[in-house]
Parts: sequence; C-alpha cells; structure tokens
Amino acid sequence: MEIVEILFTASFWAAAIRIASPLIFATLGEVICERAGVLNLGIEGIMVAGAFAGWMAVYSGTGLWVGVGVAMVVGMLFGLLHSALTVPFGLSQHVVGLGVTLLATSSTYYAYRLALPEVTSPPKIVAFQPFEISLLSEIPIVGEALFSQTPLTYLAFISVAVVAFILYRTPLGLAVRAAGENPNAVAAQGLSVTAIRMGAVIFGSGLMAVGGAFLTMSAFDSFFFEMVNGRGWICIALVVFGSWRPGKALLGAVLFAAFDALQIRVQQTSIGTAVPYQIFLMMPYILSILALVMMSRRAEIPAALMVPFNKGER
Amino acid sequence: MTPSPVEALSLEGITKRFGALTANDAVSFSLREGEVVALLGENGAGKTTLMNILFGQYAADSGTVRVFGKTLPSGNSRAALDAGVGMVHQHFTLADNLTVQENITLGAEPLFRLRADRAGARQRILDLSEKYHLSVAPDARVGALTVGERQRVEILKALYRDVRILILDEPTAVLTPQEAEDLFTTLRLAIADGLSIIFISHKLHEVMAIADRVVVLRHGKVTGGVNTKETDKAALAALMMGTQTETPKVANASPGAPLLTLTNVTTRNKGSAPGLKDVTLSLKAGQIIGLAGVSGNGQAAIADVVGGTLAPTTGTLDIGGRKQGNWSPRIAVQNGIARIPEDRHKTGTISDFDLTENAILERYTDAEFSKSGWLNWRAARNFASEIIQKYDVRCPGPDTPIRLLSGGNMQKLILGRTLEANPNVILANQPVRGLDIGAVNYVHSQLLAARDRGAAVLLISEDLDEIMTLSDVVHVIYDGQLSPAFTRGQKSPAELGLWMAGQGYESEVRDAS
Repeated sequence: MEIVEILFTASFWAAAIRIASPLIFATLGEVICERAGVLNLGIEGIMVAGAFAGWMAVYSGTGLWVGVGVAMVVGMLFGLLHSALTVPFGLSQHVVGLGVTLLATSSTYYAYRLALPEVTSPPKIVAFQPFEISLLSEIPIVGEALFSQTPLTYLAFISVAVVAFILYRTPLGLAVRAAGENPNAVAAQGLSVTAIRMGAVIFGSGLMAVGGAFLTMSAFDSFFFEMVNGRGWICIALVVFGSWRPGKALLGAVLFAAFDALQIRVQQTSIGTAVPYQIFLMMPYILSILALVMMSRRAEIPAALMVPFNKGER
Repeated sequence: MTPSPVEALSLEGITKRFGALTANDAVSFSLREGEVVALLGENGAGKTTLMNILFGQYAADSGTVRVFGKTLPSGNSRAALDAGVGMVHQHFTLADNLTVQENITLGAEPLFRLRADRAGARQRILDLSEKYHLSVAPDARVGALTVGERQRVEILKALYRDVRILILDEPTAVLTPQEAEDLFTTLRLAIADGLSIIFISHKLHEVMAIADRVVVLRHGKVTGGVNTKETDKAALAALMMGTQTETPKVANASPGAPLLTLTNVTTRNKGSAPGLKDVTLSLKAGQIIGLAGVSGNGQAAIADVVGGTLAPTTGTLDIGGRKQGNWSPRIAVQNGIARIPEDRHKTGTISDFDLTENAILERYTDAEFSKSGWLNWRAARNFASEIIQKYDVRCPGPDTPIRLLSGGNMQKLILGRTLEANPNVILANQPVRGLDIGAVNYVHSQLLAARDRGAAVLLISEDLDEIMTLSDVVHVIYDGQLSPAFTRGQKSPAELGLWMAGQGYESEVRDAS
C-alpha cells in the first residue's frame, strides 16, 4: 500500500511537524484565553496581523528574532483591544472576536498597501533555516522529523511545556483556571478577575500572532493575502479537541497537520489520479470533524467560558 | 469565652442604594474580639448587602468600615482579607472543576512565583481540618462534594488565610440538622481561638444558641441590638417583624366538588426519582390538600403532572368531570390551574426579565394582555404594579429585572401572579422555602384566603408542621405511592412519620387485594 509507505517516510513526518507549528502556537494562545473564560475569535485576524508584522519588521532590516517579538507585540495590542471590550465592558465575545478578526485582517492589508504601494509580487526575506540538533537529528525518521526543524518549531514545542507548567503548577495558572471556572471564587479571594482575564487574553493573542509569523518567517519567506486561510478557525476546533489542555492540543495540531501532509502526498499516488483532488483537500477537515466528535464528548469545558463577570452585581 | 474589650470591627453609617431601592440606610454596629454577633432580619432587610460591603464586594455609597482600628478602603476584597476579614457566602464561591486544595490556596500565595508549595499547603489544610473538625479530602474535586462538605471548604478557605473575623451568610440554610450541629461545634472551636463571628440568619433558635448579641435589621435599618441572655425568641421575632406575629388560625372548611382528579396515575421514573405508582388523588374546591414526604419520593412527579409538564403514562386526569386527552402546561393554565413552582429562580422566573414580563409569563396570550398577536404593555405594566402594591413586593418598580429582588419578594410576585389569575386549582410546591417568618405567614394566609374563595390548593412541603397546620386533608407520598387521605388531626406527627418512612403502604395494598 502506497499510503502505508508514506506514513513511514521521515519527510512526511517532518512536513507534518512543520505544518503543525503555527497551529500549536495559536491553539496554545486560544487555550490560555478560554481557560480564563474568554473566547477569542479574533484569532484568525491576529494571525494575519502577526504574519505581516513579523515579516515586515525583518524586511525593514531587523533580525529574525526581533521580528518574532514585533509580531508578538502586535498580537498583544489586538488582545488588549479584545479584552478591554469583552472583560471590563462585558460585550459579546462572539461579536467582539469577529470584529477584531475583520479589523486586524483589513488593517493588515491596508498597512501592506501603504508600505509596499508599487510591488506586484511580494518581496522575500531570508527566513529561519532548519537547525539540526546534533546527535538527536541522526536518529532515523524521528531525527529528521523532529530535530531538523527551524528554531520557531522548537519554540512551539517548548511553549507547550512552559504553558502547561504555568497553568498546572503555579499560583498564577491556578488563578487563570479559576477565572474560567468561577470568577466569583477569584473575586472572593481578593484577586482581580479583570486583570487576570485581560492578562490571559493579551498573552494568548501574542502567541496567536507568533503562530501567524511562523507562516511568513519559517514555512515561507514572504507575505501573501489569504495565507492564514482559516487556520485560526481550525485552532478554535483544536482547543475543543484538546479538552482545553496544552498537551492534548499539541497532539491535535500534529494529527491535523499529518492529515494535511498525507493528502498532498496521496494526490501524487495512483489513487490520486483516479479521484478528483478536491476530495483530498477536504480530507483533513472531514477527519478533524470526526476526531472532534469522538474526542469532545468527554471534554470539560471551562464552566464560566463566555460568562462576563461584573463586580458588585447581584 | 467572654469577649475581650478590644473592638474588632466597627461599621459606621453604611448606606447603599441599588437604583431607587435603599438596601442599607446609615447602618452602624460593632463587634468585639471573640464575640459572636447575629445579624437578624427578614429577607430583603439588607443583611447580605451589608456583609458584602464589609467584605469589599460592593462599594458603599457612604460610611466607613474599620477593622482593628484601621479604616478599610471601599469595595476592595483583597484589603478586607488582608485585614483579617473572611466570608462564607450563602451561594458558595467555589470552582467545581478544581480540587479542594486548589480552591483553598487560590489567591493565598503571591501569583508570580515559579512554584507553589503544594505539600506544605496540603499539610496546613489537613492540620486546620483536624483542629476545627472540618474533614475534607484535599484532592477531591469540589463538584463531587455534598453541600455540607462544600461549606467546610468555604470555611477552610477563610481559616487558611488566618482571618480574625468570620462572616457566615445563612450558613445553616443548606444544611441538615446534623450538619448544622457540626457547624456549631466548629464555630465554638473558632471562638475559643479568639475569632470574632458575624452570623447571619433568620432562624431564631440558632441565633439564641450561638450568638452573644443580636443586631436586628429591618428595611435596611438597624432596629435593635440586644444581648441574647436578656431576650427570648418572641421578643426577637417582634424586633425583626416590627409587630408581634401570629401564625394564622385555621378553621376547617367544608369541601365542594372535585376540581381536578387523578385516577390510577402512573408515570415513569426520572433518574433516581421515582415516578408515580397507581396514584389516585382528588382535589376538591375549598380544600387544602397537603402532600407530606421525604424529598425525592415522587413529589416532583405529582407536581409535574398537576402543572402540566408531565403526562401520565397510564391512568386518567379529569378537570371538573371532563377527561383530559392532551395535557400540557398551557392546557393546565387554561383550565385554571396556577402554579407556585418549587424553584423560583430556575422555573418560576426568568431572572433577566423585568417584573412586568415575569408577571405575565403564563398568561401573555390572554385577551387581557395581547390582541391579534400584539402585546399590550400598558395592561401588563399595570398588572405588575397592581401585584407590587397588593402583595407588598419591595422593589424599585415594575421595570426592575427580577434577579435584583430578594427571594421573599420574588416569591411574593409569583404568589401575586398566581392568585390574581383567580385559579380553581393552586399547586403550591414548597411555597415558603427559604422565606422569613413574615413572608411565610403572608404566603400561608393568602393560600388560606384562596381556599376560602373556593380554590383547591395542593400544598407540597417537607415541613410537617406547615402541612399539619394548613391542610384539611393530608396524604403522605413514599416511593411514588400515595397514602390514604387523612383528615386534619387524624394522625399524629409520629404516625405520619411512619408513613413517610414507608410503613403502612404494604398493608394498604394487602387490604385492597
């Protein structure tokens, strides 16, 4: 079977990990927001903004890591806007989230046109290059798949561990989780629900923007319109798939990416010539929906997700 | 222990308004170290509001709070906690999906620290729970705990932070008598350690049992302060109510024609709650029929059948002699059945709707309130205002969201809405649960008045005293089976207790066969 052969090639898994990286950053960001009780539908637009901001910074002459920082700050600014409207003012998280996505996307395109009015094809930058970790990268299959990636992919995996540690092992993480479970409990212990929720949304939005920046600074070396292409929405589903847990969300992202990498390769086999290619394009989404249905039955949704908190109201 | 002369807390001139409603009006009182002060008052008297101000959850419009001589900033729970004030809320502030330990340590340590000392925290929780007889498992999920256990977690939360003043808001309302005893044991241990306690309640015997001093609130004002040694229950009730209260005198009524009859009705079990088993029950005009029983023995099923939300699986239901084929809440309302639901928050009202909307919930399609599909808001608003006035619903006005009302006032609106429809049959399911004496007497006298007008009242309650005082006829329900009808005074409480424990039904079956 050709499909089975594909599953045992290192290049297939390397591609899966690469495709998963931006999803990992953004899903992680969304997990943080939702754990604190705020649904952030600004994710799609924030990824677009991050993709552009990081790339533009590097194109203007800064270093790659500075570019990542710029993307993060831009994401955090949109997070500030989102959380200011949804947390202290308690506006609808759906409406604000979609609004932020529309605003971030369109203002990014506007900024692109302002910055590069005369170009027909977008200029390229020198993107992050694969960095082979000595010894580990020599392990067959696993070495090439996991340890010959760009530094941003390593950062994505490290972020998962760091965020999981903070959420489950530190007083701050406990406060964030409690804010998403019962904000009254947080307030009764003398903590500020507003500060915790806003902080979580701002930091989470920063991670989403880094996910976007991965596309322009690591996966590709240039910025296109429509390049985020619904990845943000996939991440919203991955959060549910991962039961709001960083580790499981990582697993979900890799699984989705593996479907995606698989369908590209299957198109080139003998089956691919017999079946219309659109079917293969649908595959990752259909399989994700199936996986989601199976996994999310036991998911423990944060009890106060999307419930605004107003101090002093009865 | 006798209280020391050190003043732990003083409130001076606290005033708080919600819209047009003044919840606290220049309230002042003080608390000494090691003293237990009970804050007594009717529902809506402003007790909880006052304590929420003290604990920094509401900001007072004016007045100052001083703890051990230091003035607390207004509306800041953190400052209150740091000053040593802890509060056990009536509606627990716990996160169900977190563990006991997580709930207790939340906010007790600096947020930005790399590692939480979990072993140390765990040990401290275990020490405290042993010292104060508050047994809990630190690793249990709070959502899996019983109400009594949750309350222990709430108390531990406060003790964990070394509070010197503990506020308990209606702590016994959710407890069984045994659990309430355990709570008192814990509180006595805490007092012996020099803690000062503010105990909010409207149960007079508890107040007499635990408090050194009683401060009475009425309509948001302090109306009295007495030492418990120098007073008694009757005097306290008078202070709380403003007038000497009497329980309504109940005369026997002569029943009229059957208005609603269930014949051999059986329904399916619903989870662990039993359905009805071959129940025959006749509700006659001018009669209060009491349904006694331990909760969860089929009361819900009988209420659902009468209220229209549940159709019998077998058996028949007839109203005034007409057999009902279809059965739904709408049909029930149209046939003159009115309901006082068991849970006024969940099924009785829609909390974000205002009083006007809640007043016409069951009858918005009546010609009185709508014409060819258009609501007549003027009529609805007048109707709501009428209820507010006639039934003494204390609120800023008919446009207030009902969630802002206290439980007693909410119940008065429901009662008004029910009785103003001039129903033939009134289903009163736990009509006085959680209400203070004044509201209880009021609800009871209104039900009696409805009976005297010729309505049939089905009274479901877990309070045997209430059942025995009001009912002309008593049935006991056990595991979905209904006892024979006992007339007023036919059975003693002890005899009814046996029926409630399930004795008698089998012999009944044997007799019938």
